[in-house]
Amino acid sequence: MSWDDVEIVLTIVGLTAITLLTRGFFLVPEREPPMPAWLREGLRYAPIGALVAVVLPEIVMSQGRLIATWQDARLFGVAGATAWFVWRRDMLGTILAGTGTMLIFRLGLGW
Amino acid sequence: MNDSRARLRALVQHPEFARGAREMVGLALGIGAWGLVTGVAMVKAGLPAWAAVLMSLTVFAGTAQLAAAPLLASGAPAWVVLATAACLNLRFVVFSTQWRPYFGHLPRGRKLLLSYFTADLNYVLFMRRFPEPRPSAEQLPYFWGGVSVNASAWHAMSLLGIALAWHIPPEWGLGFAGTVALLGMTYTLLHDRATWLPAVVAGAAAVAAYALPLKLNMLVAIAAAVAVGVAMDQVRAQQRAAQRRASA
Repeated sequence: MSWDDVEIVLTIVGLTAITLLTRGFFLVPEREPPMPAWLREGLRYAPIGALVAVVLPEIVMSQGRLIATWQDARLFGVAGATAWFVWRRDMLGTILAGTGTMLIFRLGLGW
Repeated sequence: MNDSRARLRALVQHPEFARGAREMVGLALGIGAWGLVTGVAMVKAGLPAWAAVLMSLTVFAGTAQLAAAPLLASGAPAWVVLATAACLNLRFVVFSTQWRPYFGHLPRGRKLLLSYFTADLNYVLFMRRFPEPRPSAEQLPYFWGGVSVNASAWHAMSLLGIALAWHIPPEWGLGFAGTVALLGMTYTLLHDRATWLPAVVAGAAAVAAYALPLKLNMLVAIAAAVAVGVAMDQVRAQQRAAQRRASA
């Protein structure tokens, strides 16, 4: 094992520690960290914010810019997924409908 | 030993374990696709296969892995890699405040173990299942049921991605399956107007702040959603107070 390899292993150990540290930050300590009531209430909205923040840029941006065309396979994939969700409300179908529609437009039309 | 085995059996046989697993299965396809993409990307970034396997099995945080792999492969200093991962994981610090009312009373060792597995979708599903922030007996079985599916789908597909890295054409757009899974999740959370406005504002913020490094646009979006939510709660509380005054 070279020194580079050792460094990679140590960095990966550090990354695992960061996963544990961030996820347990306010959960693991014995004493409850002080936090105002309005903030605790407001954090109910954090999950939806996080989800939208991941999803929307993946759909409407490419290479760091807003897309300027509607001829993007992803938009049709989203339409397919949305239609399925409104119709049936099941997750698996939504994923299959969205990915399938996107692939039809990308592989079929080259968008 | 026998005692802990009995505890484990009781946990797995609890009906909420099955429910947690079942609700996660609906998303497993997306999680798997995402794991596959992460495995492929780590290898294509130039990381040796053994390091990709080690990272996949231990770090257990997709976005951090995706960002760390090319940095590691290019020989960036360790502190840069760690700082990047820490920024990408800041959202988990926010989430950890919300786990506390449910699991804060547990012994520290158990809390550490739980924390490790509190990935994004475990968090979202759990908060949807138990909106009331107080502990109950169903919560641990539900949590571990979801983790069992989430972690196995992730690890299996991530390892597959590492193995097949050079055989999967990028134009299949497999990452899109992960995005659609999260989109479906978003739809299930948008059940009332109380979350539509924060969601729209968060989306706009995430796009507007996209140029920020280290995916800090995610934190901007979360902050925007929380700010709008708090403002809405205030307005509603004032309206209720005004109605009470008017009717009195």
